[in-house]
Amino acid sequence: MYSYNEFDTDFVRERNLQFRAQVQRRIQGHLTEDEFKPLRLMNGVYLQLHAYMLRVAIPYGTLNSAKMHKLADISKRWDKGYGHFTTRQNIQFNWPKLTDISDILDALAKVEMHAIQTSGNTVRNVTADHFSAAAEDEIEDPRPYAELIRQWSTDHPEFQFLPRKFKIAVSGSHNDRAVIRAHDIGLQVVQKHGETGFEVVVGGGMGRTPMIGKTIREFLPKQDLLPYIESVLSVWNLLGRRDNKYKARIKITIHEEGIDRIKSLVEERFKELKPSFGGFDQTLLEDIKTAFSLPDFKQIRTDGYISTYERDKAFRTWVDMNTAPHKQGDHAIATVSLKAHGQTPGDASAEQMHILADIAKELTYNELRVSHEQNIVLPHVHKSDLPEVYQRLVKAGLATANIGLISDIIACPGMDYCALATTRSIPIAQEIANRFDDLKLEHDIGHLKVKISGCINACGHHHVGHIGILGLDRAGVENYQITLGGDATQTAALGQRTGPGFTADHIVPAIERIITAYLEIRFNASETFLKVYNRVGIEPFKQALYQKSEINAA
Amino acid sequence: MKIRIKDTGFCTQAENFNYICIESSFAETDLATLLNHPAVEINFPSFSDGRGFTLARLLRLRGFKGRLRAIGHIIPDQYAMVRRSGFDEILITPMQAKTHPEARWVARSNWRARNYQHRLRIQV
Repeated sequence: MYSYNEFDTDFVRERNLQFRAQVQRRIQGHLTEDEFKPLRLMNGVYLQLHAYMLRVAIPYGTLNSAKMHKLADISKRWDKGYGHFTTRQNIQFNWPKLTDISDILDALAKVEMHAIQTSGNTVRNVTADHFSAAAEDEIEDPRPYAELIRQWSTDHPEFQFLPRKFKIAVSGSHNDRAVIRAHDIGLQVVQKHGETGFEVVVGGGMGRTPMIGKTIREFLPKQDLLPYIESVLSVWNLLGRRDNKYKARIKITIHEEGIDRIKSLVEERFKELKPSFGGFDQTLLEDIKTAFSLPDFKQIRTDGYISTYERDKAFRTWVDMNTAPHKQGDHAIATVSLKAHGQTPGDASAEQMHILADIAKELTYNELRVSHEQNIVLPHVHKSDLPEVYQRLVKAGLATANIGLISDIIACPGMDYCALATTRSIPIAQEIANRFDDLKLEHDIGHLKVKISGCINACGHHHVGHIGILGLDRAGVENYQITLGGDATQTAALGQRTGPGFTADHIVPAIERIITAYLEIRFNASETFLKVYNRVGIEPFKQALYQKSEINAA
Repeated sequence: MKIRIKDTGFCTQAENFNYICIESSFAETDLATLLNHPAVEINFPSFSDGRGFTLARLLRLRGFKGRLRAIGHIIPDQYAMVRRSGFDEILITPMQAKTHPEARWVARSNWRARNYQHRLRIQV
């Protein structure tokens, strides 16, 4: 993976020194909270309901053993012994003291990590497919491009005070696992006449006005990447609305101005900006690519794996649910679920992080990924190592075999942590997971993405959940609306609202009615929830939801 | 008396340039009308309004060779951004100078160092 060069190291060191001084000024009272706010936000420090929160960048979700160990150490020394992995492939520490944050940032710098641009109205941490470099269906590893974008966007003088935050995701495969169509810019690696480039999608996003991104350029040659995205940002920085923060994202600008006008403005700007790049970015890209070269894959037999798979039912279930095909046939991609039934989605304890770091170091080529679905991925596992990996995960309480199932829920922190949330989302996720575990139904239900947001900002991606749940405050009472048919992949779609919402007491039975209807309607187990929804539409589910008298509609 | 901020610090020496002032909402398509003017200043109505940075960059890119300064609500932590975007200096009020004394601006005057943008654009 990418290692900092002298330039990166020096940059982070200087930035940490600056922030240490800013924190000092705040503590001594020379800066008011209002003055301090933009400065802390540039460095990933939020003020939440109960405490400051530090969001640490994990560029394109890629970690190694040393970084994971360090995150565990930080959670133990300066927080409450756990961390929360997020939908932007980052980690959040929920309880740091302001006076400790500079020390935490210095500790992160030792393993080439930082919290820069994880908040504020700037280009945020760049995300990428969590199966990068491992997926069977991949055209090219997207991470070198994501790293190039990281360097370009870091401290970009023009783009630190944008109309609103700006998120970029890159996918190296046609099968989109990075939700690129719900990003401000989504980049899809494509090849044309043997040349690598990108399909560029703009103006996707969730929030209170969800939009699926639109293609602005069918084929962008790879050497034009930075000047082109700089052109998009340059156009939007001037054009984006600053009178209303809910209308400031580029999706609204595109909606109001029209994609054709934006496209012609961007192409004009591109002609101006392209000559300002002298070519070193491409030299650097080649260096970055070398850093991401594949590990030296083991070439040994897989007999032991096959016999364990046949003998051990629990292991077999875990392999079937939690592993995906690797481009090397004798390897697998293993996803470690952070969704044990009844636990907070995305949380890992310090001990668990240490164990994952050890597994990575000793068994899986020293690489880990954070997925936007709030799980940890071991991207390269030789099949002969799967039984050992599994055993260690079992001991750590990390072997839940539920990837892609109803309990593998994305949930925002909700009112348990977040200052913006109006309802709880973690407890709803826990109740749904527990309920279907009790019913022993989740494997029968099969592939189903449930996503929960505790407010209109949609951090829990509910718009693109097969079943989306949005918690809203209705005169002091939590009310949960349901959307159906959302899709986060290359066939991206926004879920459709079923109707009136449900109270916290009634939302889980409501989900159960939807599931019962699905199980009745489907042809067979291979017809997933989403396929059924796309075949029959919302009506049968509405009927199932609202026919009873217990609807408690708002 | 207003204070000019340069890399070396505060400067109260007056200049004889005739500045034309534009707001951050200025249409970029009209920047061409300013290209031959000797001096332009761009107003930042709020430090969180980053349009001035892009306007400055475009002005320079389109060939403006005159004096360019930033005025309005700018904080020392933005000094490097101001300089890297193409401004020559910042003009602040005595009130601003009181809130943000000289040392804090000078601490950010090494804007040429650690510049990712410059590095990525080097000619090869």
